Amino acid sequence: MEKIYDIAIIGAGVTGAMLAHKLAKYKLDVAVLEAGCDVASGASRANSAIVHAGFDAACGTLKAKLNVRGCAELPVLAKQLDVPYKNNTSLVVAYGEEDEKMLEVLLERGRKNGVPKLEIIDSARLHEMEPSLSPEATAALYAPTAGIICPYDLTMAAAENACINGCEFYFDYKVDKIERDGDILNICAGDKTIRARYAANCAGVHSDEIARLIDPEFPIKLIPRRGEYMVLDKAEGKTVSATIFMVPSKAGKGILVSPTVDGNLLVGPNAHEVGFKDDTSTEAMGLEEISQGARRLVPSANLRAVITSFAGVRPTPDTDDFHILPSAAAGNFLNLVGIESPGLASSPAVAEYAIEQLAKMGVTLKVRDDYNPFRTEKGHMRKPFRELSNEEKAELCKKEPAYAKIICRCETITEGDILAAIRRPLGAKTVDMVKMRTRAGMGRCQGGFCSPRVVEILANELGVSPMDIKKRDCGSDILCDKTK
Amino acid sequence: MEFDTQKQLVIVGGGPAGLAAAMEAFRNGIAPDDILIIERDRELGGILNQCIHAGFGLHMFGEELTGPEYSGRFIEEVKNAGVGYVTNSMVLSISDERIVTFVSPEMGFVRMKAGAVVICTGCRERTRGALNIPGTRPAGIYSAGTAQRYVNIEGFMPGKRVVILGSGDIGLIMARRMTLEGAKVLRVCELMPYSGGLARNIAQCLDDFDIPLYLSHTVTEIRGKERVEGVVISKVDENRRPIPGTEEYVECDTLLLSVGLIPENELAKLAGIELDRITGGAVVNQYNETTVKGIFACGNALHVHDLVDFVTREAYTAGRSAAKFIKDGGFEVATGEIICKTSGGVRYTVPQKLIKSVTVPEELKFYMRVDNIYKNVKLELHAGGETLKSVKKRSVAPGEMESLTLGAAECAKLYSLGVNELEITLLHSEEEAK
Repeated sequence: MEKIYDIAIIGAGVTGAMLAHKLAKYKLDVAVLEAGCDVASGASRANSAIVHAGFDAACGTLKAKLNVRGCAELPVLAKQLDVPYKNNTSLVVAYGEEDEKMLEVLLERGRKNGVPKLEIIDSARLHEMEPSLSPEATAALYAPTAGIICPYDLTMAAAENACINGCEFYFDYKVDKIERDGDILNICAGDKTIRARYAANCAGVHSDEIARLIDPEFPIKLIPRRGEYMVLDKAEGKTVSATIFMVPSKAGKGILVSPTVDGNLLVGPNAHEVGFKDDTSTEAMGLEEISQGARRLVPSANLRAVITSFAGVRPTPDTDDFHILPSAAAGNFLNLVGIESPGLASSPAVAEYAIEQLAKMGVTLKVRDDYNPFRTEKGHMRKPFRELSNEEKAELCKKEPAYAKIICRCETITEGDILAAIRRPLGAKTVDMVKMRTRAGMGRCQGGFCSPRVVEILANELGVSPMDIKKRDCGSDILCDKTK
Repeated sequence: MEFDTQKQLVIVGGGPAGLAAAMEAFRNGIAPDDILIIERDRELGGILNQCIHAGFGLHMFGEELTGPEYSGRFIEEVKNAGVGYVTNSMVLSISDERIVTFVSPEMGFVRMKAGAVVICTGCRERTRGALNIPGTRPAGIYSAGTAQRYVNIEGFMPGKRVVILGSGDIGLIMARRMTLEGAKVLRVCELMPYSGGLARNIAQCLDDFDIPLYLSHTVTEIRGKERVEGVVISKVDENRRPIPGTEEYVECDTLLLSVGLIPENELAKLAGIELDRITGGAVVNQYNETTVKGIFACGNALHVHDLVDFVTREAYTAGRSAAKFIKDGGFEVATGEIICKTSGGVRYTVPQKLIKSVTVPEELKFYMRVDNIYKNVKLELHAGGETLKSVKKRSVAPGEMESLTLGAAECAKLYSLGVNELEITLLHSEEEAK
């Protein structure tokens, strides 16, 4: 008899992973079905990494409500799940009277949305806070509750916690058919089928298509809007301390300049509609556009220190709000569609809200006695080597010599860190999975020195040939043959 | 600051620079067990271990050695002398008081106070990210050095149909190497109107294998979802901007990048050492001492070399100076500095300054690079309105490091002038203008 899950979550982005994490404390059999080979394979991998305060969304929207709640919860949750979070605050910068009027609008909206401590600050205070800002900036909306977080680390942490609490993950599971079999949903990917009593569609940029698998009349259409970014060397990470936004326009929140939790400087995004949803390529014009935007905010930004660029695709709904409702065609199928920015900031609240919906749909929520709220079976996860004190480093090197062997020079990642990333729940199997979990290869040499070593460690640990180790997904071969 | 242990001399990096510096310090009276070479790779030898082609050592030994043969000679010397070394070990920081913090599987986490430190950390390759090449981010993009490691050390081929961007020496060497291993190298593209590599490498690695070199061309887009499927190549104008309409799509599964080397000086920065904005390496004096007392630098960490022979020579100076610093507690009292300026198409010089010691040096050697190809020029050293040295050059190029040496008499002259600066310049002839 095939297993029937209580709930199948489609998609292991931040929304799906957070839902799995929040459901883990209940007596439920949960499966997460992910099309990619790792969690955070879509928009959760490539975004601004900002915990927005909550003044952007229109008053009364679900987006506004969940953003403000999520922003308040994330610092606590991040601590519980060992995800670095920094309350670096944010500034929306005005250039002249037109913009300043817009700041008033944002302030008013933010207060109505319930964003605490918002205020408009004048040019003098603004430049005192951020000396490298353009001298032409005349005022700013200051949001002391905003922060920064690593979006894929948060996604991984939530997923790992769900995993150690018994949630099962299926990767390379690209849902292409959903059948109703009485009260059971048969969720298929090719010739594979997962059976579940309820399902939650957290498929990000593809969530409208998934919704249409069960209800061809599903009305919301997602418009893929790509945003391009550049990451600057850590030497530039202190150019600004808060996240610096332009005054938003119809196209979105505009280009920002922000430090990251890992100490780099992030510049971007623009917003352009693209023909297909997985088009995360970058274009010369786009990179030039974000460079110009960044220079307008921070003229001294050293854009020559770029170490990499990337793009993400937003699941922008034509309704401009989060849609978290059961399918009109199936009362046991919950859609979470259009969870675009501020989807990261909202994620814990989105999950809570989705659980309320699931309860209304008939899911019984009984709290487990053996729930583990932490990231690992033994509680908190060990900090990466580079973040330990000298005494802790000395102690660890003595106990486990693998931690005395640096593999990634730029980010100071040890063999011990990499082995831990391979061995932990939902552990790394590819070079990119090691990179997302440890930062090996994310520094200024971009894996030039460490990638052959990472390939070797993965091959040894997984018991395969180095030629079987991929960069990211199947097809992304690193090595093609042995030498003569 | 606290430390756990002490050594007279710590050498950061066990490549050709580190090995030669250690041996020269040993020959100048530092006890072998009071020297520690800290090497981050599995073996001593540095990047030479993967340079299995011949062509090393013509200047030092008068014969053509492979990379491993060249480094092997120094490794043997170090081992025979009993000079201390650790491998798989990496320095995390150097303080301005010469406390070297490193980790090593053998020794653990160590804070070692050093009498002198020589930074021999080599260089790294510029990346696709630093060039900001647009497109997708698939597998199949490698720096030439990474590909070289895969092929020559690990024994794997990273691709079959290859485009190489950049005609730096490693790119040229890899064009030949990949061809010999059965790959098809479709073309080498160079942004500049001239190659950044040695002339002999163009001849031996490209011409001999009919690999086309496209000057004033660059890669303007990378395509492919999982693995590289092709690249778009465009011609560039005199400002190195792609010319619209010149795009050409080339199907390939691999893009190798040989687009420049950057001295690795993250440790030097932590120690508060002043860096030269042009070389990317430390600012040093004629002893190869940096702006932090007792910390020396040489090799590709100081400025990128074309020939290891010159690295060895530079490392000898650094090693000898470090030994002198340890034994004498410093250099003799100086009466000031002479700043070494450049002009006329000379981009930089190393050393960047001279200490005016009381004893006049017997020889001063300057290394420099030019900013373009020039024909029939004179490389000259001027000070106090006088020309102290003038050397005729039929041709100079950015890809070939130049040097100038002042002999004892010229040094004496320089020091007697009482100047605070000198200038190294190119004198352009009328023939060149034609």
